[in-house]
This record gives sequence, structure tokens and C-alpha cells, in this order.
Amino acid sequence: MPAIAEPFTASPAAAASGGARHARALPVPRGWTWLAVALTLPSLIPLGATLAALARPESETLQHLWQYVLPQVAGNTAWLLLGVGAGSAILGTALAALVALCEFPGRRWFAWLLVLPLAMPGYVLAVAFIGLFDYGAPFTAWLREHAAWQLPDIRSRAGLIAVMTLALYPYVYLVAREAFASQGARALEAARALGMGPWRAFFRASLPMARPWIAGGTLLVMMETLADFGAVSAFNYDTFTTAIYKAWFALFSTDTALQIAAVLLVAVLVLVGLETASRRRQSFVSVGHAKAPRLQTGRRGWWATTLCALVLVVALGLPLSQLGWQALAHLDDLDPRYFASLRNALSLSAMAAALTTAAAFVIALAAREQPGMLTTTATRISTLGYGLPGALLAIGLYVPVARFSTWLAETRGWDVPLEGGLVLLLVAYGIRFLAVAHAPVAGGLLRVRPRLLEASRSMGVTGARQLRVVHWPLLRGSFATAGLLVLVDTMKEMPITLMMRPFGWDTLATRVFELTNEGEYARAALPSLAIALAGLIPVIALTRRGRDAA
Amino acid sequence: MRLLPLTAVILAALAACSADKPPSSDAGTDAPSSDAATELVVYTSRNEQLLKPLFDRYTEETGVKITYLTDKAPPLMERLKAEGSRSKADVFITVDAGNLWQATNMDLLQPVDSQRLRDNIPENLRDPENRWFGLSVRARTIIHDPAEAPADTLSTYEDLADPKWKGKLCLRTSNSVYNQSLIATMMASLGAEKTEEVVRGWVANLAAPPMASDNEVIDAIAAGRCAVGISNTYYLGRALRKDEALPVTVFWPNQAEGERGVHVNVSGAGVTRHAPHPQAAREFIEWLSDGDAQELFAGENLEYPANPKIATDPLIKAWGDYRQDLINVSQAGAMQADAVKLMDRAGYR
Repeated sequence: MPAIAEPFTASPAAAASGGARHARALPVPRGWTWLAVALTLPSLIPLGATLAALARPESETLQHLWQYVLPQVAGNTAWLLLGVGAGSAILGTALAALVALCEFPGRRWFAWLLVLPLAMPGYVLAVAFIGLFDYGAPFTAWLREHAAWQLPDIRSRAGLIAVMTLALYPYVYLVAREAFASQGARALEAARALGMGPWRAFFRASLPMARPWIAGGTLLVMMETLADFGAVSAFNYDTFTTAIYKAWFALFSTDTALQIAAVLLVAVLVLVGLETASRRRQSFVSVGHAKAPRLQTGRRGWWATTLCALVLVVALGLPLSQLGWQALAHLDDLDPRYFASLRNALSLSAMAAALTTAAAFVIALAAREQPGMLTTTATRISTLGYGLPGALLAIGLYVPVARFSTWLAETRGWDVPLEGGLVLLLVAYGIRFLAVAHAPVAGGLLRVRPRLLEASRSMGVTGARQLRVVHWPLLRGSFATAGLLVLVDTMKEMPITLMMRPFGWDTLATRVFELTNEGEYARAALPSLAIALAGLIPVIALTRRGRDAA
Repeated sequence: MRLLPLTAVILAALAACSADKPPSSDAGTDAPSSDAATELVVYTSRNEQLLKPLFDRYTEETGVKITYLTDKAPPLMERLKAEGSRSKADVFITVDAGNLWQATNMDLLQPVDSQRLRDNIPENLRDPENRWFGLSVRARTIIHDPAEAPADTLSTYEDLADPKWKGKLCLRTSNSVYNQSLIATMMASLGAEKTEEVVRGWVANLAAPPMASDNEVIDAIAAGRCAVGISNTYYLGRALRKDEALPVTVFWPNQAEGERGVHVNVSGAGVTRHAPHPQAAREFIEWLSDGDAQELFAGENLEYPANPKIATDPLIKAWGDYRQDLINVSQAGAMQADAVKLMDRAGYR
């Protein structure tokens, strides 16, 4: 993946395009490839179940959907992808560039505060925004009465795009900020030394070098958008995902649901292909961090402050206050089970984060050290799961595994409850979130320069010891980012947790479900708020650590 | 190396797995018969806040402990099906006749022969083959702002398709299983063609795009965005419990002579096909159909008790009596897929 420029390269463009192709590093055994392949095997189960459904077409149901549902759904999905993708890319990049390249009042605070909306589940944000800005909401009603002005309907395509952009921009922001901070500032300085104005320097030097990161983050955003069910159904906006649920829940055809999912997977493959193609001819190699002074913005800096503050207020302040206000009315719901749910949510997320990040590292390392068909395919497959709606991934994994267990019990008499345990749940999280962990880890691996590995080898540092003394210190930051993303995503995850959790492993997300399932949205504010706050803790801890290091 | 936390986490995971023995199995060792479970496993899509007090009460009265797992009904059914004979689940509790019908269609429930259940639950509220029993009744009726849409201007569900309601109607999305059941029973009475005409009329009369929940429909009427809508009564009951002054009330449609009555749906329960403790499961469902349990069910969630001997909550009583559409609710389930397709064709999102 991406690049970090040689600290003293005069021309950033040269660094971006010409970085040394890294030499094969020998000490990593071939076993990595096989380990990586083994780690992608679980992903094959739901993907296989999805593809297998194509062999069982239920022509009547499919024809109905084809005629009356899918055309509209395809258009809706395309608009949403485009809107949320572009919105997140622009907002995330703009905020990242401001924070990393410019000096303005409050910058140090905003640098980490702007990550926080990550903790807000999309479905919670959607419900909160509808509550805040719907026709009958106090603010809207007040405007209508006193200013004679009717707000545009929040429950519209534009409203949904805005809400999802606010929920998802941190994926771009987080990686783009790192890209700008590590090389963009230096490139900007160089470009300005060549006589470019600040804007031109940014667009000609900093932005092109950060592009791979921005593209990677945007890809995650788009996959998340494709798979989202909660936010789109709160807006009653029909997408491929809602069509999948319609086929399954209303037309009682899991096969048709899986067939539509297969179409969805093709869309994901196209997205991944586009992203890969966009940087095919670029080769990036890290050459370490270099600090360059940030652009002094003077009084104009207050504009940047205003923008950052505005994003924070809208994406975090408003919905949190709305939730808090609603939760206050139901504080007596707060019983000891909440703490059990919180504990479960935290421990599940921590386990999922650790395991998924480790798996992502193995896969990324294999792809880098032993590139070839096998590792490339493993990487592709392992990241596809992020594009599947959670509930579908859950049945795609749970049903085959449970049937296999039943088969074992009935034909062999072996009672091996493969399903219903914690292991399968963690595997499911891994399949779903491997893509999220893979992006930062693979990017971070570029920081382990081939020359460094050669040097360490010549000093007799190889194998596990090399991983420990060379890789680990350089990769710690990327591991933290990957772990954080998976952790927060797991905390917010609902359908997989619902279907696959063992008895007694209720989490905050399952509590939100239990209340919203029968329309108790106001009472669901308390567990929603708890998810957001619990998610804030690791985000703050990790991003603040990053700030201290910076 | 700082992999210590990671190792600890993995170890914790493994420990948790091994500690996570599913319940039931050998729970009844000191009981007389193998079926006298001291623990039951319930799969449910119902509001946990609602069921927990019931479960606690049952444990208090009988000593039988209840473990439960919540999810939406369709994933729970897939789960039951995949677990097959190894399933630990004894009882399946869910809402909507469509879901219950689908559970029988997938052969996930077993017939229960119980005089007490036959006595307590009216015939149209249970499966003809006694594989599930309605526990509470949920009336899906017309709601309106009496100032904007006086009661004497309202008559039937079908009448809401009349152009006089243009720009005054608010509806929940057709993705809602409650609307699917409503349309399915309408198809059973009126036929598909007439029903589709009605649905097209509704869509033409909408004041706003279909909404995600009944709550939003109630809010929209209260805010004056529309005058009339369709909602389950307990949503309105809850809203009124919060704000008595809400200018929204119920209207019972299709009450005239020869009309079919108000559409009702159920929440219900059945004993799973492979229940490890079928006897105990039956006793539990019997208990749910009676006395305290029915009162708690209806009082807590403002639904109508399925057992006609039990009184409704006073808040609900104020809306007066109504005549139900006596069509067996399981018929709604059988026609649900057709209803969904009809709504798609009619452009009802």
C-alpha cells in the first residue's frame, strides 16, 4: 500500500512514483503463506454459502424482485455509495489536511476529538437525527412557527447521505491524517520551496501522496455503506441490503436473499478492483517519519477552528445530548445487567480486536514477503466479508457449521457443539472486520523498510526475534489503529452478535435491539448512549497516545 | 515483547468457551422424571424488558429457571432449523402470525395437546394444529387527530384510499410485518385485485413518505403533518402514557354490519420440535395463557390479553370495545409473501 517519502527527497513526485521496489526478505518462512491461506478458510464458508445459493434459483421470487424491487434498489444504492463515499472522502480528507498540515487555534484538541464520532453506531445516529430534525421535532416545529421556515425533510436521500457521512468520515480521517502527518507536511514544504502557493502545493504534492490512504479509507466507507441495514431502515431507504432482508424476512426465501448478496459481493469486488487499479503503477516505500513545520494560518485559522467545531457538534454533540436527554427519563432501567452487558461488550470487542489484528498481520506479512497468486487471493477473500450484511454473514456461517455439527452427531455419534460457542462468534467478527484491520496493518508494514530487514539480518537478527525487535516497534501504531477500528466496530455490531452469541453473552448492542425491535426507541437511548461512551474510551486512549507520540 | 495482553485475551476467550456449557442438558438430575426440568431455554424475538418480569415470576412460583436468547424471528428460526435435534431450545416466543406460520411451515414446532390452552385461547388466535398459541392480541387500527379528521368522516381501512384523504394519510413502511399481515388478511376478505386498488389509493393519499415505525406515524399526526394513519394500539398507548394531551386517538374501522372487523395480530408461543423438555415447555405456555401472566403481558405492554377472561388495562379500556376480524390469524401468515409482492407492485415502499 501507501507511501512515506524519503525525508530529504527534493521532489515529492519522484518519491511517490519511484520508491525502491523492496527486495524479498528471506527470513520469513514460506509457512506464512500457508498460515495466511488457513486464516482465510473461515471466510470461505459464508462466501461459499452465498455462491451456492446461485445454484438454487427460486425463479418466482427472484423475478418479482427483479421486476419491482431491484431496479429502484440499484439506483438508490448507487446514489448512496456515491454520496457517502464522496462525502466521507472530502470531509475526512479536508479535516485531516487541516489538522496535519495547518496550525490553527485548538488544533491539538481537534486532532483526536475528530476521531470520536467513530464510536457512534450508524443506526443510533440515524435514529437520533430523525428524532432531532423530523417534522414534529421541537426545533423544526419552532422554526416553522417563528421563522415560517420548513426544514427540508430529514428522511430523504440527502438526509441519509449526510447522516452516514457523519458516521463514517472518521475511517478516512484517521488514515488520511496519518498520511499527511507522516509525509504530507514534508511534501508541502518541498513544493512550497519550489515556489508553489499553499493551495497549489497541497493539490500537487500532499494530496497525490496521500491518495492511496484516502482511497483505502473511502473503500472501507463504501463497503460499510453497502452492508448497512440499521441506518437505511431508519430512513426507510431501500438498498440492496433491505432487498436482502425483504427476501429473507418477508418472502421467506433465504436462497433469494443469498443470491442478492452475491450481487452485492460483485459490487464489492468492483470497488476493491477500482481501488487497486487506482494505484497499480505507484510503488510506495516508507522511509520513516519526518517532521515539517505546519502552515501558519494566522487569523484565517479561526475558520478552520469553526469548521472542526461544527463537525464535532453535529456528529457528536447533538446526537449525544439527544440520547442523554432521552436516557435521563429511563434511568431506572439501569440495572446490574447493564454492567454485565457492558463487560461482555468490552471483552468480546477486545478479543475480536486482538485476534483480527493478528490475523490481518499474518495475511499482510505473507502478501508482502511471499507475493504471488495464493497470497493475493487470500487477501482479497479475507477482506470481502466486510461487504456482506452482518445478518447474512451470520446465517452463512452459523447454518453450515451447525448442520455439520448435527451431521456429526447423527452419523458419527460425535457431540461436538461447534456452534453456539464463543469461538465461532469471534471467527464471525474476524470474517466481518478483517478488511478493517488489514488496511492499516498493510499500510504500516511499508514502514518496515527492506534495507532495515537486510541490516538486521546481517547482524544475525532473524525469525521471531526480527519480528520482535524490528517489526513490532515500527508497527505498534498501525496495530493500535487496526485494533481500535475492529474494537469499536465490534462494539457497534448487532446482527452477528444477536445470532451467534452464546447464552449469557448479551451485549449493549443486543439490548438496543431488544428495545428498538418493539419500537421503544426512547428507552433504547440508554444502551445506545452506553455503546457510544464505551466506544469513546478506547478511541480516546489510543488517539491521545498517538497525539503524545506526534 | 508486549504480546502479553493479547495472550491473556486469548486465554480468557478459551476459558470462557469451556465455561460456557449450554444450560439444560443435565439440569434435572435430582428431579423424579427426566422431563421435570428445572431449567427451560426460550428463543424469543420479544422485548426482553417485557419478558424478563414474566420469567422471573415463573421461576419464583415453580422453581423452573429460564434461560433465554433474543434475536429477530427469522434468524432464530434459521438457528433452530440448523441446530435440528441438537437444539437446546424448548420454547419459541415471537410476534406476528406470519412468523408463527413460517415456524410451523419450517416444521420447527410440535403440536401440544392441552385442554387448558384450548380453554384459554380463542380458536382464531391459535394454530389449527395446536403448534402455537396466541398470548396477546394486537389490534392494528386507524388512528386520527379528531380535530383534523373527525370520527364521523372515518369508516373503513379501504376508505382511506378515497381521494378525500389526499395529503392527509401517514403510513408505516411496507417492510413492517404488521402491515404485511394487515394486507394479507385484507386479501383474504377482498381478493387481491380490490386490495391492490386500495393500496394504490393509500399511496396516492400519503402526506409523507412511508415511515420506519408506528411511533413516527403517531408523531406525524400529533405534529399536524397528517390527519390519519394506521398503527398498533399499544404504540399509541405508550405515547399517551408519556403525554396524555396527545391529540391522537383510535378509531375502530370496519365495524358496520357485514364488515369484517378490526385487524388483529398476535404474539404467541410454541414448543419447539426437538425440545429437550416438552412437558415443562407445555406447562410454561399454559401458565402464560392464564391469570397473572396474562395481566402482566397486557398491562406492561398495553396489548390485549389473548385470554378473554382477563381484563384489559384501564388506559386501553377507555377506547371502548371493538369487533375483531375473526379470520384465523395463521391465514395471514400463509399469504404474507403474496401481500408483500402486492405492496411492491402498488408502489407502497
